[in-house]
Formats: sequence, structure tokens, C-alpha cells
Amino acid sequence: MTKQILMGMNGDEASAYATKQVNPDVVAAYPITPQTIIVERFSEYVADGEVDTEFVAVESEHSALSNCVGASAAGARAFTATAANGLALMWEITYIASSLRLPIIMAVANRALSGPINIHNDHSDSMGARDSGWIQIYCENSQEVYDASLEAWRIAEHPDVQLPVMVCLDGFTLSHTMENVMTLPDDIVKNYLGEREFITVKGHAGEGELRLNPDLPMSMGVLDLQDYYFEHKLQQVDAMNQALRVIPQMDAEYFELSGRRYDFLESYRMEDAEVALLGLGSTMGTVKHVVDELRAEGVKAGAIKMRVFRPFPVDALVEAIGGLPVLGVLDKAASFGAPGGPLYAEVSTVFYNRAEKPLIKNFIHGLGGRDTSPAMIRGLYENLLSIHGKGEVEEKVIFVGVRE
Amino acid sequence: MSEQKPGWKELPRGAVSTKSSRDYETGDWGVDKPEFDRAKCTKCMLCHFFCPEGAIFVREDGFTEVDLKYCKGCGVCANECPVKCIEMVRK
Repeated sequence: MTKQILMGMNGDEASAYATKQVNPDVVAAYPITPQTIIVERFSEYVADGEVDTEFVAVESEHSALSNCVGASAAGARAFTATAANGLALMWEITYIASSLRLPIIMAVANRALSGPINIHNDHSDSMGARDSGWIQIYCENSQEVYDASLEAWRIAEHPDVQLPVMVCLDGFTLSHTMENVMTLPDDIVKNYLGEREFITVKGHAGEGELRLNPDLPMSMGVLDLQDYYFEHKLQQVDAMNQALRVIPQMDAEYFELSGRRYDFLESYRMEDAEVALLGLGSTMGTVKHVVDELRAEGVKAGAIKMRVFRPFPVDALVEAIGGLPVLGVLDKAASFGAPGGPLYAEVSTVFYNRAEKPLIKNFIHGLGGRDTSPAMIRGLYENLLSIHGKGEVEEKVIFVGVRE
Repeated sequence: MSEQKPGWKELPRGAVSTKSSRDYETGDWGVDKPEFDRAKCTKCMLCHFFCPEGAIFVREDGFTEVDLKYCKGCGVCANECPVKCIEMVRK
């Protein structure tokens, strides 16, 4: 296995450092807390001549992503980073990037959307973008941020995928918290990423690589009405299905390289579990800690961390749940007027038509950075155990850690 | 309605256009077209530069002419003409 270097980095620095090793052609970004360190660090790499990147200091996030769209369409590797309202301002361009099949990588330091103004972590920003056609990877710690920030390029640029990827890291909890991160040597990363791959398409001037090239002109992003738009949306649906097939291959390759094995989901002490919590991001580190405590007390508790939320890993989830009797789904985003949080709603959809399914309860927690403590998580497991005893879920969706 | 259009598996990914923008004759969108009074025209070519569709070209003799295959009849040329030699009339 490759010799690695241990570094002390917070999540933002891990993202910036990995991106330095990627040496993308273009980085266009606008500073916003808690993503700011990523762009600050990266601009230092540019100023110090450690990368060949064209750094574009834009006047808004809308321009940041638009810039990446133009750069990526011209054949560049393009990166940006944002959070919360910045992502909201990018909104229309997120859909354009994915529909033009541009493998842009964006770090999202998850932060609560205004208003009222809040700079702390929840998933309301990236959850709102869940239908925008981007692959979404949620990280538990800085190590995962580093690894995902490299692997994302391979997934995005895979000829069968060709989609943009969001690497999501919890604001402050990860973005500003120093951790040990094992890093790969520069030359290994360079070799791992190689050159950007292009697919071949047939445009009006003939067949060639999907990129803007004066020698073979191509029209991208043109008007696409009733008679073609639907077909192009099907291509995006298919690309997500292809990503479901490709991501495990990329995970296996990255394991070979780094010794760190990733998957759609991480099942933690799920064998013989009677109750389990499923969720995204840094909370799952705390959940696993509580599972260890409960297991030591003889409680059959488990946990499932969902790393890849888009594409939604249906088969992997069904397999991970197996015959589990009671599942609690943690959502760090409210979907106003919906039957529950977004993760809960989708997990429930997966199991609705299956004969074997767990009782499912939704815990919406941590909005605006409200702390989800080990004691609180212990309370959630007690709630699940009482459901297991009764055999039914009386209140399907509850908000935890909020004052009445 | 007999034209058989390709399905999603056949179409190029990235919604790349299979036709050049020259092949989309958008001239039939318009109601009006410009008519030039060459007796008044000073050959300043402002209409050529202002046309948002690039549908007004400059002839060998220096006068401008409109390509009705692409003119959408917006009237920008008539509005901008400093000697008011362009009049918008029904197509």
C-alpha cells in the first residue's frame, strides 16, 4: 500500500489540500462561512505557485458556478466551494451544470439557510439541491472529506456518469475542527486522477469530444422544447443509475490505493441489531460512539451511515437493513409541509412496497447547529426500544432537542 | 407528423444540438420586417451592428440588407437608424 503522510487539518483544509493535489484548471468561488477556509487556502496555493490553477475571484456564487460551467464546457477541470445561501444563489446553475453533463466538483460546507441568519450546520442547503442532478457525498470526518475530494473527480468524469458532484461536510463540526488526516503523496494523486476523460457525441459539425472546441464547433445549452427535453432528462436519470454501478468500482479502486474502504453505506454493528439509527454526516460519528456504549450494556443497537445520498442506494439500503425490526431516521433538515424529513421520506418509500420492512420513525434534529449530544442520541435509542416493545410507531415524526 | 425523432438512448448526451443554429430558420416568428429607403440611407451600418440576430448584412455596394430567414421583426434596426430610412412593415 502507498506510504502516506499524517497531517493535522480541519475539513475545509482537507478539501483545499486534496484539491491542491488535483491541481484543477479553474477554481471560481465566492467566500461564505463556513466554506471560506477552502477558498482562502486554495488562493494561497495559487499565490505561492503550488498549483497551475486559474483562480477566478467572482462577485457572487451565481457567477462562481456559471464560471465553472463555462470552464468545464471548454474542457477544464473546474472546482468551486460554497455553503447555505451561496448554494441557494447558485440554484439555477446547479441544474444547468448537471444537464450539460459537466463533471464539476463542489465542496458544500453544510450550513443552515437564512432566514433568520444562522451560520451553523444543518443540511437544509444541500437537501434543497437534492433534485438538481448532482451526485451528493456526505462526510463524517475530515479524513472522509479528503478522500471524497479526490474520488469525486473519478466518479464525476467516468464516461458512463459525467455528472457534477457535491462533497458535503458539516459546517464547523467538520469545516473548522482539526483532525488527523492521512494524505497520499502528490505524484500518487496525480497518477490516480490522470487526465480528464471526455465522451464522444455527435453534434451538428460531426462526432467528437463533448467540449467546446473551435475545430469542431458544438452548441451546448440550447433551447430544448417539448420534443426533446424529456429525452434529455431520461439521460440524466440513466446517468444516476450508471453512477450506482460505477461508484462501488471507484470505491474499490480507492481502497487499493489508500487502504480506506468506502461504500454507499457504512453498517455499524448491525448484525443481530434490534434498533438502529440511520443518518448522514458527522452526527453518525457520535451515534457510533453511543452504539458502543449501548452494546456494552447488552442493548442490541446498530447504526447505518449513508455516505452517498444521490444517487440513492436503494439495494444497498435494503441489504443493510435486512431483518432489522425498528429504524430511526435522522434528518438534519426540515421539509416544511412534507410528511417528514427528506431522508425519512425516501427511506420510507424504499420500504413501502416490500414485505420485509422495519418500523420507521423520523427524528428531525440539529437545525441551525443545535447540538446533538450522546445523551440525546441515547434517548432516541430508548425511544426506538419502546417502539420495538409496542410493535408500532405512534408518532412518526418528532423534532428532537427543541424547546416547546 | 411522420418524422421519427430519436429516443434518449440515441441522442447525444449533454443535450448537444444536432443542428447548427443556422439550420433553425427563425424568420417566421416575426410579424413585421424592415424595409429600407436607400435614397435616405447613408451606409452607416448601424442597423447591421445593432441587429440582435445578425440578420442584417452589408452588401458589396455598402448598403445593408435583411435576411428574412432569420429576421424576427423586432424593429431594433428601425429604432436605431439615425436617418430613419427603415420602416417596419407587415411580412
